[in-house]
Amino acid sequence: MEHHSTRPDWTQYQKDIADDHYYYARSCIRQNFFPASEQTFLRILKDELGKDILDDAHHTTCTGIGYHTDVVPLETTMTVVARNFALMTEAGYKNYVPSCITSFGLYTEILETWHHFPETLEKTREFLYKATKREFNIPENLAHTSDVIFKFRNEIAAKAKFRLINKETGKPLRIVDHIGCHYAKMFPGKGIGGAEYPYVLAGMIEAWGGQTVDYPERRHCCGFGFRQYFVKANRSYSLSASRKKFESMEPFKPDAIVNNCPGCPYFLDRWQYVTAESEGKVFGPDNKPIPVLTYEEMAGLVLGYDPWDLGLQMHQVPVEPLMDKMGIPYDASKKYLDKNGKDIGKPVIPELFKSSVHE
Amino acid sequence: MSDYLKMLQEDVRFQEGLNACINCGTCTAICPAAEVYKYDPRILTDKLQARNEEVVEELLKSDEIWYCGECMSCKTRCPRDNVPGLLVIALRNLSQKTGLFAESEKGRQQLFLKRSIGEWILNYGYCVYAPHVTTKMFPEQGPVWDWIKDNMDEVYSRAGAKLGQDGPGCLRKIPDADLQELQSIFDVTGGTERYEQIEKVSAAKAAELNIPFDDSHSNPYFLKIYNENEKDHHEI
Repeated sequence: MEHHSTRPDWTQYQKDIADDHYYYARSCIRQNFFPASEQTFLRILKDELGKDILDDAHHTTCTGIGYHTDVVPLETTMTVVARNFALMTEAGYKNYVPSCITSFGLYTEILETWHHFPETLEKTREFLYKATKREFNIPENLAHTSDVIFKFRNEIAAKAKFRLINKETGKPLRIVDHIGCHYAKMFPGKGIGGAEYPYVLAGMIEAWGGQTVDYPERRHCCGFGFRQYFVKANRSYSLSASRKKFESMEPFKPDAIVNNCPGCPYFLDRWQYVTAESEGKVFGPDNKPIPVLTYEEMAGLVLGYDPWDLGLQMHQVPVEPLMDKMGIPYDASKKYLDKNGKDIGKPVIPELFKSSVHE
Repeated sequence: MSDYLKMLQEDVRFQEGLNACINCGTCTAICPAAEVYKYDPRILTDKLQARNEEVVEELLKSDEIWYCGECMSCKTRCPRDNVPGLLVIALRNLSQKTGLFAESEKGRQQLFLKRSIGEWILNYGYCVYAPHVTTKMFPEQGPVWDWIKDNMDEVYSRAGAKLGQDGPGCLRKIPDADLQELQSIFDVTGGTERYEQIEKVSAAKAAELNIPFDDSHSNPYFLKIYNENEKDHHEI
């Protein structure tokens, strides 16, 4: 049980997180847009914390984005989820840790549905056996991967090479956290701190020396909206939501935004490019955009991992201003090289982002 | 008139999503969709609790049920445990089952979503697959994505991924046997039937509207539903 506050009203938002032997379920979005974050998670779990975690080649998408764009029916999604649970069961694991927040929310919703409507569980078992001849056990413990990093935040802090502290001023860096909607808005009791007082990322920020910014639109959606982003005709929905958040956080001069959902950092990163190019507007201090991180990237920086091993070159918004403030040394000339050091060209840097990088 | 309410009531999401709405409007105040669309989750919920078949049929044919982003912020905040987001999911499900989704501009977009996300799931085992993401379709990806696309193997390899390779890892090639199991699950559970229904109804609507339609991602109907809004969906 994770205890993280003396506030009595938070006791209902503390959760059990298994401490070892995890079955890892990868995220569609994180694999595509932040692939190094998943490698970093496994590196931290295995190399820093000495944990047992299975990286299984055979699991698939949970269909979550298909479900929330309404093209995949509930019965299909439940059975695909059940197949992933069957793979966990067959491998001898009981603790399921998905990398994706949409998955985490969907797994939670499905487990609740099976509990309250047991006939849907029986039907799912029939479907899965008919389709694959597989059988499954329900996980004993379901936790998002950010829950696991939260659980071990103090162990990570003890190994920290750098802290979320401005090396010039000695003051904590101001970090905006953004929690994926499906982490706790559907089932607040399943998320650390619930939906109103999210603590899963704030706990990491504080443990690693930083300061959380509780800005007005902290809980507003990033604007994914599933079909509202994927279909170009709907996409202004997505930009509008992210922009609302940027405007709300701007007065607090955030040094970075950190996310636990794979999709949110994509939107908060890419829509800053769009506001810079379309209206000449950036929202960070010093007339720069705000660096956007996954929690694995933040942990990796704290642990002193090479920023290009962390995949920070795949971001549109440069992360260098944050690394400069933390005092992290890096070789800018290696940012866009391949793994053998070969020159593979560079992306064009948007005009308003040029002051963030050392060329 | 079909028995829409009976069909909705069979959906656990409808059962869980509709209790007694007191029309307080908290859901609307917190809703990202209500900020930008002609959409009000309070009104949608109130329409459903009136339990009028004609009203439900109008909803199934309308753009109104396609504005929600399924963020589920409404679930957290409703003081009476209603969940407009779950009601929307149930309505969209029924709208596709009955074929009425093609009667609205936003509903017709389901064809794009089926032919992208829906097919990526079965073809690759992922909801999204980077080799198919371009800055033409997603210009907000910016110049960094053009660089990534031009050097896909090198960039993903540098990031520790296994793009298209065998064995475990990021963006690995999911084995054919696993993809066959996915297909089998879709066949057994109604997923394949849903995909076929979206194709069949969309083809009929394209013929009715006299817009060229084929299996490609470049036919005029497909491009129209992806790119265009004929109606004003925003001004109240």
